[in-house]
Amino acid sequence: MLRMARQAWLEMLAESWRTYPEEACGLVAGPTGANHVTRFFPVRNAAKSSRVFELDGMGFMKAERTADDAGLEVIGVMHSHTHTAAYPSPTDLAEAMKPLVPPSWHWVIVSLAWGFPEVRSFALEPSSDHFELGVSGIAEERLLLVN
Amino acid sequence: MSELTVTESTFSEPATVGTDSVPSAVQNIVTVRLPTVLRPQAGGQASVEVGGSTVRELLANLVAAHPGIGVNILDEGGELRKFVNIYVDDEDVRFLDKLDTQVDPGVEVAILPAVAGG
Repeated sequence: MLRMARQAWLEMLAESWRTYPEEACGLVAGPTGANHVTRFFPVRNAAKSSRVFELDGMGFMKAERTADDAGLEVIGVMHSHTHTAAYPSPTDLAEAMKPLVPPSWHWVIVSLAWGFPEVRSFALEPSSDHFELGVSGIAEERLLLVN
Repeated sequence: MSELTVTESTFSEPATVGTDSVPSAVQNIVTVRLPTVLRPQAGGQASVEVGGSTVRELLANLVAAHPGIGVNILDEGGELRKFVNIYVDDEDVRFLDKLDTQVDPGVEVAILPAVAGG
């Protein structure tokens, strides 16, 4: 389960609408070891696309530094889907498995495909080290808004 | 500092500083920020002090000190893996001289995953 502060949730939605029709992306951070998002850091989508996202490297670095300075840890990545539901695409699954991406990260997806936002969070399953593309390796988790 | 000014009569052999893997007697010590995933392989540290005058030397010394890090950032040919970004003071080394980018004392080098998706 992922808990998320309402303020971070609202900022995620605002960023998704701001960049529409291009995909938005960013990082979510919270206290170390707690599955609790207290801050959202929008990061520029270097791909500038409505189909894919690529976190701008410098934006990533600055967000991580700010999180570090605030005593927080980056615990996941957020991106928006502008034309499809809030479920990971095959590309998302492949990316989540890359070696330097923390396997503990939460993958938060905001869909604006229906005109109203749909927000879901996903996490890699512990046994998914050797999953093959298209086979389940990432599972939806409960997303709970908190103050 | 005057203590560092030595003459041949003071030492019969030149003083050596730093690790054996860097031939130069004088080397830069810079801060390298590690991505979260690699921190356990460096004793949990978010950043480490590493010597070297180019990014390539820094990485060689980093891997010598923490061998588990190497396979994650460099390929078999010793080049940067595609999903790894390295920044020297906010500049992506791919737009500088790649692994041959010079590092000056006091710069901060950051290793980050390239994160993308659909």
